[in-house]
Amino acid sequence: MPAKKDEGKENSKVDKQAIRERIKEREALIAQNFVLAEQEMTRLQQELQKEHQKVLYWEAKAKGAEKEHFNGLRLEIERQQKRLALPEQIVYQSTALRLAPKQTVVKNVVMAFLVGGTICLAGQVILNIFLQNGLAEKEAGAATSALLVFLGAFLTGLGYYDELGKVAGAGSIVPITGFANSIVSSAMEFKREGFVYGVGARLFTVAGPVIVYGTLVSILVGLIYFFINRANFTLL
Amino acid sequence: MAQKKMGKQTLQFSSAPVITSAAAVVGPKEGQGPLGDKYDMVCDDTYLGEKTWENAEQKMMQYSMELALEKRGLLPADLDFYLAGDLLNQIISANYTARFLNAPFLGLYGACSTMAEGLCLAGILLEGGFGERIGVSVSSHHDTAERQFRYPTELGAQRPMTAQWTVTGGGSCVLERIGTGVKLTHATIGKIKDMGVSNSNDLGSAMAPAALDTIKTHLEDLGRKVDDYDLIITGDLGIFGHTLLKELMQKEGYPVERLSDCGVLIYDPNQDTHSGGSGCGCSAVVLAAHLMEKLHKGEYQRIFFVGTGALLSPISVFQGETIPCIAHGVVLEAPSNE
Amino acid sequence: MEMLVRAFVLGGLICVIGQLLMDLTPFHITPAHILVGYVTTGVVLSALGLYQPLVDWGGAGATVPLSGFGHSLAQGAIRGVESKGLLGALGGGIEATSVGVAAAIVFGLVAATFFQPKA
Repeated sequence: MPAKKDEGKENSKVDKQAIRERIKEREALIAQNFVLAEQEMTRLQQELQKEHQKVLYWEAKAKGAEKEHFNGLRLEIERQQKRLALPEQIVYQSTALRLAPKQTVVKNVVMAFLVGGTICLAGQVILNIFLQNGLAEKEAGAATSALLVFLGAFLTGLGYYDELGKVAGAGSIVPITGFANSIVSSAMEFKREGFVYGVGARLFTVAGPVIVYGTLVSILVGLIYFFINRANFTLL
Repeated sequence: MAQKKMGKQTLQFSSAPVITSAAAVVGPKEGQGPLGDKYDMVCDDTYLGEKTWENAEQKMMQYSMELALEKRGLLPADLDFYLAGDLLNQIISANYTARFLNAPFLGLYGACSTMAEGLCLAGILLEGGFGERIGVSVSSHHDTAERQFRYPTELGAQRPMTAQWTVTGGGSCVLERIGTGVKLTHATIGKIKDMGVSNSNDLGSAMAPAALDTIKTHLEDLGRKVDDYDLIITGDLGIFGHTLLKELMQKEGYPVERLSDCGVLIYDPNQDTHSGGSGCGCSAVVLAAHLMEKLHKGEYQRIFFVGTGALLSPISVFQGETIPCIAHGVVLEAPSNE
Repeated sequence: MEMLVRAFVLGGLICVIGQLLMDLTPFHITPAHILVGYVTTGVVLSALGLYQPLVDWGGAGATVPLSGFGHSLAQGAIRGVESKGLLGALGGGIEATSVGVAAAIVFGLVAATFFQPKA
C-alpha cells in the first residue's frame, strides 16, 4: 500500500509539471487572439477539460498549502477555458452588430420631443389653473403633480399608456406620468397574486429604484448642507 | 457502437414513427397573421375567459392536445406517455395539462426548442418500442412571458428593433409507432452554444450559432447536403436571427434558398412585432398548422425542423451572465401512401 | 402664453436627452437606469442651484420631468435642514415629495382594483 502511494505521488509530480508547461504553451497561443480552427479548438477544449478534472481531483484530496497550489492551477485553467472562446465570440458579435436592424433614432427623438413637450405643456396649463384659483405656489405645484399622477394612472388603467410608450419612448417615461405608469402597471399586473404578495409587494418593482436613489442623494445633499452651515444650525 | 446513432449527435429511427395528428390553438394576434385560417382554433382574446393569463396559456396547451386527439379519434387514456413543456417557471402550464390528461408525464424544458426536443424524445421512445402512442405539447403566451422575463404588460417601455414577440399559442402532436401520417426519420440532439450574447431583447443573435451548429452537425452526421431537403426551417430566430443565420451559413459555403424560420412566417410585417415571433408556441403552431399541411399535400417531401431555444433565466441576465442557446432538429418526411 | 411654449420646448428637450441615452447607449442601460439618472441629476443640479433657473424659465417644462422630482427632493432636504437641523436632512426630501408618492400609491391600488391589464 505505501509503495502505491509513493508511486501515485511521483506520477502526480510528473503530471503537475507537464500541466504547468502546457498551461504556459496554451497561454502563448491564446494571447495571439486568433480565431482558432474548429479542430484546434476542439483539441484544446478537450485538453483543458482533462487537466481541469485531474487538478480538481488532486485539489479535493489535498490539504493546506498543496490544496492552495492546486486551486491556483485550477483557476488558471478555468481562465484559459473562458478566454479560448473569446476571439470567435468577438468576431461573431461584430457580424451581428453589422447586420442588426437600425434603430429609428431620428423618429424616436422627434416623437419623444413632441410627446414629452405636450405632457409638460399640459402640466403648465394645470399649474396655471391652480394658481389662478388662489393656491399658493408650493401647493399648486403639489396639486399639479398629484393630478398628473392621476392622469398617468388613469391612462395606464385604460391600457393606453403602453400604446403611447411604444411611439413616445422617453417622452412618456421621463415625465412624472411615466412614474405613475410604472407603479400602476406593476399594481395591475400582480393583482393576480393577491393584494398582499402581489399588489402590495410588487407596487414599486419598477419605480422603487427612483425613490431609493432619489431619496439617498437628497439625504446626502441635506447632510452636506448641514455640515457646511454647521455654525448656523442647532442639532434638532 | 450504438447502432441507431449516426455520427456525433444524430439518431436514426428506422421504424419511422409517425405524426398521426397535430393541432394548434392560438391568440387573436396570430389569427390575424399570414397563417390565420390554418389554425385549428383562434381565440377571441388572450384570457380565454380565465382569470389569469397563466390559466389561459394552460388551457391553450390543453385544448391543442384535446383537438389533436379528437382529430385522430383518441382519448387521453390512449396515450402511453405525455411529453410537454413551456416557458414558465417550473413549466406550470405543462404540469396542469398533464394533471388534466392524467397520462404518464415527462416534463421538458428547452425554452423555444421544446417542441423539437419533445419530438426527438417521442421518436426515441417509439423507435425503442417503449410505447404505441405518445402526445407532445408545448405552449407560450406573450403576457405570461413578459411578466416573468421582462416588464408588467401595461408599462410604457419601448422595444428595440431586435426584440421578438412571444407567440400566444399551444401546439400538440400525436405520434404513433405504426400508422399513417408524417414520418419522423431522424433526430439531431443539439449542444449548448454560447457566443457571449447577453441582451435578452436580441435572442435572435444569441440563438443563430446554435442553429448553425445543429444544422452543420446533422448534415455531416448523415452525409447529406442542404439540397436533400425541401426546407430547413428554424423555430424562432426571428427576422434578424434568420438574416444572421443565412450569413453564417453562406460563410460556411451552404446555400440558403431553402432556409426559413417559423418566427418570420407567423406574423405579418405590419403587425409591428419588430423581429417576428418567438416562444415555444411559435414553432409548434407553425408546424401543426402549416408545415404538416405542406407535408401531407406532398408540397414538401422532406424537411428539417430545427427548434431553437435561448436558455436564460429572469435572474441570469441581471447577474450579467451570457445566454446559452440550443437547437434540436428532426427530419420529417411526407406520408408515403394516403 | 409664452410660458406655455417654453414649457413645451424645455420639457421636450429634457425628454430628448433621455431618448438619445436610451437609443445610443448599449442595451444594458434600461429605462429604469435612465430614470434613476434623471432623479439623481435633478437632485445634484438643484443642490448646486442650477435647476431653479430652468424652473424659472420653463415652468412645468422643468418640474414635470423626473428631474423636477429630484429638484423637489433636494429643495425639500435643504429646507428641512434649515428648519429642523440634522433630522431635516433625513426627512426633508421625502416630506416634500410625499404628496406625489402618496397619490401614486392610492391610484395604483385603485387601478389594480378596477382595471385588468390588456394584451
